[in-house]
Amino acid sequence: MILTIAHDTVYRYDQPMRGVVQSQRLTPARFDGQRVIDWVVEVRGDDGAQIVQGGGFRDGAGDWVQGCTVVGPVREVVVSVRGMVETTNLSGVLRGHRERIRPEVYLTCTPATAADSGLRDLAQDATVGIGGALDRAHALAGAIRKAIVYRPGVTEAHTTAAEALALGEGVCQDHANAMVGAAISLGMPARYVSGYLQATEDGAPHEAAHAWAEVWVPDLGWVGFDASNGVCPDDHYVRQGSGRDAREAAPIRGIARGPGREEMDVKVAVEVAQQ
Amino acid sequence: MTGQAFFNEMYESGRVRGPYRQLEDWMGDMPAELRSLKQAEAEELFRRIGITFAVYGEGGDPERLMPFDMFPRVFAQDEWRRLERGVIQRAKALNAFLADVYARGEIVRAGLVPRDLVYRNEAYEAAMVGFTPPRGVFSHIVGVDLVRTGPDEFFVLEDNCRTPSGVSYMLENREIMMRLFPGLFRENRIAPVDSYSEELRRTLASVAPPKCERDPTIVILTPGAYNSAYYEHSFLADLMGVELVEGQDLFVEGEYVWMRTTEGPQRVDVIYRRIDDAFIDPLCFRPDSMLGVPGLMDVYRSGGVTICSAPGAGVADDKAIYCFVPEMVRFYLGEEPILQNVPTWQCGTAEDLKYVLAHLPELVVKEVHGSGGYGMLVGPKATREQVESFRVRIEESPGNYIAQPTLSLSTCPTFVDEGVAPRHVDLRPYCLVGERVTLVPGGLTRVAMKEGSLVVNSSQGGGVKDTWVLSE
Amino acid sequence: MLSRTATNLFWLARYMERAETAARLMAVGERMSLIPSTCGSGYRSEWVPLLQANGSFAMFEAKYRDPVQRNVESFMFFDRDNPGSVASCVSAARENARIVRTALTSQVWDALNTAYQELMALERTERSGLPLTRLTDWTLRNCALVRGAIDATQLRNDGHDFMNIGYYLERADNTARLVDVKYYVLLPRVDFVGSGLDNYQWTTLLRALSAHRAFHWAYGGEVTAAKIAHFLILNRQSPRSLLTSVQGACDHLDRLARRYGRTTRAQTQARAMLAGLAELSIDEVFDDGLHEFLTRFIGDISDLGGAVFDTYLSGDLR
Repeated sequence: MILTIAHDTVYRYDQPMRGVVQSQRLTPARFDGQRVIDWVVEVRGDDGAQIVQGGGFRDGAGDWVQGCTVVGPVREVVVSVRGMVETTNLSGVLRGHRERIRPEVYLTCTPATAADSGLRDLAQDATVGIGGALDRAHALAGAIRKAIVYRPGVTEAHTTAAEALALGEGVCQDHANAMVGAAISLGMPARYVSGYLQATEDGAPHEAAHAWAEVWVPDLGWVGFDASNGVCPDDHYVRQGSGRDAREAAPIRGIARGPGREEMDVKVAVEVAQQ
Repeated sequence: MTGQAFFNEMYESGRVRGPYRQLEDWMGDMPAELRSLKQAEAEELFRRIGITFAVYGEGGDPERLMPFDMFPRVFAQDEWRRLERGVIQRAKALNAFLADVYARGEIVRAGLVPRDLVYRNEAYEAAMVGFTPPRGVFSHIVGVDLVRTGPDEFFVLEDNCRTPSGVSYMLENREIMMRLFPGLFRENRIAPVDSYSEELRRTLASVAPPKCERDPTIVILTPGAYNSAYYEHSFLADLMGVELVEGQDLFVEGEYVWMRTTEGPQRVDVIYRRIDDAFIDPLCFRPDSMLGVPGLMDVYRSGGVTICSAPGAGVADDKAIYCFVPEMVRFYLGEEPILQNVPTWQCGTAEDLKYVLAHLPELVVKEVHGSGGYGMLVGPKATREQVESFRVRIEESPGNYIAQPTLSLSTCPTFVDEGVAPRHVDLRPYCLVGERVTLVPGGLTRVAMKEGSLVVNSSQGGGVKDTWVLSE
Repeated sequence: MLSRTATNLFWLARYMERAETAARLMAVGERMSLIPSTCGSGYRSEWVPLLQANGSFAMFEAKYRDPVQRNVESFMFFDRDNPGSVASCVSAARENARIVRTALTSQVWDALNTAYQELMALERTERSGLPLTRLTDWTLRNCALVRGAIDATQLRNDGHDFMNIGYYLERADNTARLVDVKYYVLLPRVDFVGSGLDNYQWTTLLRALSAHRAFHWAYGGEVTAAKIAHFLILNRQSPRSLLTSVQGACDHLDRLARRYGRTTRAQTQARAMLAGLAELSIDEVFDDGLHEFLTRFIGDISDLGGAVFDTYLSGDLR
């Protein structure tokens, strides 16, 4: 399938800022399930702001990281992504992805993913009597989908997996964080993935800027699990970067210097260009 | 091993050992009044120069003097040569290990170091994987803590691969000894240590980043004036003639790091940082860090700046990894280790745990991630209650503890109230790793000022001595 | 030079100058208290106007209530809660110095550190053994030692310029405030102007500025308000006059401009201030109103400090 993506992130400041520094993971991952046909990332600022491109490199997880700075005074920054990607359904398996970080590294939690007793119990109960990492991961994803009902607006960026589970509601970020924490509590390496989703006609209209989890399955390698939709990522998904939690895998991590308050607005459109 | 005779570095079976020969007369000729005069002078000098280590939050004067003992600790040339070879060998092996575990992890694949000990280690930084720092060096200043138990027996207690401190004492102790007792330095041929700062500068300059096409600008990054080692940071910056910066003085723009100067931004090429990994870059590590520089890691990884030591270098100096350093020497260098490790029991393994719990009163037990002599049990010196409370802690989380036999640390004559008496000492030499691997002839000798005490940490009442290496 | 280092040097100097001013104010107060009947006409004590002078009366009253000498001494010399006390200023100067220890010669550090160690000893001393003159003498002596060590040993680099800019800006501000106090606060009623009391106060002010003799050398004859105002505002020989202070700041800013090869807004502002003062006569000052003149001057000095920050100390100069 060929998908076109338009992704704009707008940062607005109520006072002019002295400068902005960003670390961007905005390029699709390179693996057998997707091929970039065209991809452009553009950063713009208001008058007076000067955009200075930083260094770029491929990190140990295989993601392209691009630094970017804006020299102020700046009141608005727009990060605009336009691209076209050809996708293939690999049933979630991240085949042909070059990366160097050992899976064991993903056995370490962060405060966002750390399992409390609730999450640990859920993980235990869901996998009782189930052997094989793949089946266990499927069972986990199902249990999390049930335990955290999809509902936008109740959780926020800093909500932890344990908090979302206690609330019983959340969005894809909460599902992914919980999936990572639960898998790790069972001794399975797991990580958070950010990307795009072309929403299917019959399914719920989930965010086009999407997130899911990957679990390490011996023999298969990393396999994606989208607990929000109860599926493994297929050709409707475009995978960008990964990390141990939402913050680490964020497409844009940034800090602005200055006294102003920041407001962020994200618009994503993913469309099928060709089946 | 209590009750056992300790190796006295000055006297051996009633006779003065070679390196200390000159000091016997010096010591004998010093009347008590002169001694206390000199001691007062030394203290005055330390205070005037401002060499204090800050202790906040305990009341009293926050700026304390490190107790300085005027009796030097002396090594003969041949003793030192061997130590030097051993320390350099170790520093090379530790760096090879770091380069390996952030790349293919051959030593893990070979089954010589347990996978989890490396990859699940708190100090392991995923952000460093797949990156080769300039010249492949991760730890540019390696401090190796050594103890001596006999004429030819040296043991490594631990390695410090992140940012070992204390080198300013090595340099200042020497300065002060030369001022107090110039005669001693005329009579003895003592190898100078003052080339350290130039060696350090050269080492840092030799690891300039790929994008640096000029004489590199070096800075020292400090957490600030309230850090206990601030004096050392400013002292080293001064000796090297480089700026001492805080995170707020630096910023990332484009592909480089810049410092704020009165003439506008100036590019920085090499950062000798004295702040912990977690605080280096709020975009990459702890988001709440006020001490670091946002975007620094991206510039580092794209070749615009060098960070010394590399983030993640701590995985090599972990107390649990320590046991495998001799293996590293064999694996990477194909050599036999010159310096020995102290035999160590890992409480995380069932067999070792059983032994440790059965022999607690004889052992020294340390927390794997602890430092500074806190969270430590010295079995033979502990009360029964202390031993028992430690037993509970070990049983709760065995993986957090290692145990070692109580070493009979050597003693060195030390000035005490009653005159001169033997006190236990250790040694930390500082190995510099860059284009070359070097070690200045000297180090920091720490001394346990309390009679019989084996704990030399400054936080526990330890003092320092000047350390001499005699030239031939 | 690192902008933060320049900032520390700048403030080190300002704090030392501020400590000196606090001590001089205390000296004025003590001398005033020695003459009869300056009080009883609106002020509860002769110390009140002094506290008003440096803007700390409200803070004083909240903590001590009673404006007797001992309380004022506590407040102006020892009180660490009062950011303008000698103890606070000397500690802050020493802390700024500690941070930039390596930008200072050992003599300067010694002078500052010794002052700080002695201060701590004074704080432990029984107060009955510490007459006010000892406190003020101690302060003036140590301020002079630090200043002397800077002049005698510091490299004439940009750091030296930043210290001096700090000294001169603070001095300009402080002298302006002292003169303002005399004119509008110290004298209880307007009809005292020109009276014996008025002249006595002016003379006391001169003494506090250690300028009593210098004044007589420069002017001779009878002490008049106009002469003293001229001496403290427009006299180029007077070390603490506004003109001398602005000239000093201007000179060091010009040195920076030459050193760095560029002129900034800070130089432009400083030169404009200097030119304005140089053209002024003391009659014009009195015609416009001394208080109005001083208020404007204090504002201009503050703006100049802001310009120095924006151009050099923030590190944002492009």
